[in-house]
Amino acid sequence: MKPAEYYMRDRQHHAPALTPDYKTSLTRSPQYALLSLENSLSEITGPVFSHNDIDPLDNDLIKNYSHGGDPIGERIIVHGHVLDENAQPVPNTMVEIWQANAGGRYRHKKDTYLAPIDPNFGGCGRTMTDADGYYYFRTVKPGAYPWRNWVNNWRPAHIHVSVFGAAFAQRLITQLYFEGDPLIAKCPIVQTVPDAAAIEQMVAKLDMNTSIPLDSIAYRFDIVLRGRRSTLFENRLEGN
Amino acid sequence: MEYLKETPSQTAGPYVHIGLAPKAAGFDIFKQELGWDIAGPNAAGERIRVEGCVYDGTGAPVKDVLLEAWQANADGHYAHPEDGRDVEDGFRGWGRVITDFDTGLWGFDTVKPGTTSGRNGTTQAPHINLWIVARGINLGLNTRLYFDDCDNSADPVLNLIEQTHRRQTLIATRHEDSKGVTYRFDVHIQGTGETVFLDI
Ligand SMILES: [Fe+3]
Repeated sequence: MKPAEYYMRDRQHHAPALTPDYKTSLTRSPQYALLSLENSLSEITGPVFSHNDIDPLDNDLIKNYSHGGDPIGERIIVHGHVLDENAQPVPNTMVEIWQANAGGRYRHKKDTYLAPIDPNFGGCGRTMTDADGYYYFRTVKPGAYPWRNWVNNWRPAHIHVSVFGAAFAQRLITQLYFEGDPLIAKCPIVQTVPDAAAIEQMVAKLDMNTSIPLDSIAYRFDIVLRGRRSTLFENRLEGN
Repeated sequence: MEYLKETPSQTAGPYVHIGLAPKAAGFDIFKQELGWDIAGPNAAGERIRVEGCVYDGTGAPVKDVLLEAWQANADGHYAHPEDGRDVEDGFRGWGRVITDFDTGLWGFDTVKPGTTSGRNGTTQAPHINLWIVARGINLGLNTRLYFDDCDNSADPVLNLIEQTHRRQTLIATRHEDSKGVTYRFDVHIQGTGETVFLDI
């Protein structure tokens, strides 16, 4: 395959760095313009993972931290495809997730929310997409939780999602929300994203056909990474 | 043709460790956590340590940062099929570190990379590509770390920085002592001495 550039990241589709309603961004946002680069080998390459890096159970958050039982909560399946902007699947890429338990509490030494830790729930998982870019997790639905921003802010139920893609230029962390959650519209972190259609891309859709009767309800969440040109034009990436 | 749009980024949040470095969050779950060994045991070249701190706009260290590093080996080869050249067995070129919760210091061990191919026949000075996420950062910040004992004068990226004094924000400083070679690389997200961040 000939190396080719990734499409310019559409920064109007993402949150700007400075989003005052999300207070922490005020001091963690660069003030100067980013330096825009055309891709070199440094950006079109990125880490390669294999199934040896993970365990088969890593994508099952109901079982991967079981200490003699299952976690409390609504049993869910989260699944979908990782695609690029050309609607092509992104195969064999690492997807990592983390989340609060059903009560909205994280297993993290810095989380002090009064909801209880679940002894059978770690709250993280990872998997590799298959040849069609498909991925699948089993977990419990996370609870909403309060956070310090304004006096009474609550995060909608969400799962944090990290994806690599094939290139360092595709690296992405996002959050998955759940269809119908009234807290989505009230969350200053969700609302950092200026475009309503863009927010909708972060909302997983109820998927009755994949739900397992008498067991688990399913949500579908497709993830789109940057696409790339199919051919190289005048500017060759390498000088040889 | 109908193109899809990239899924919007969201902050990694304060609990990024649970997913990407669970031992730091306080529990042991995976057989192996990813990203702790960048170069592997067989990599040629100079063994180095890179350390630094990320500072916010008030000058305070940011203590909930996660950084990822992506680099070539000492021959300037990336461990990726689109580079296509060999790397040492076990050399991945990718690493992931978090900051100390008390001090904000982060650090990783690796080998010093070689020069890499740039666009249009140029040569890029040795560098490590960095990606920084944290609470309050809506879209991961990309930057590059260069080395103060290398010839960076012809680097095509550094030379794009119009305010020449800001090029210095991408250059790590070398220290040697009995423990080995350490490069210091502090990142200033905002304000005085703000690091040059890249839109890649
Ligand atoms: Fe969260």
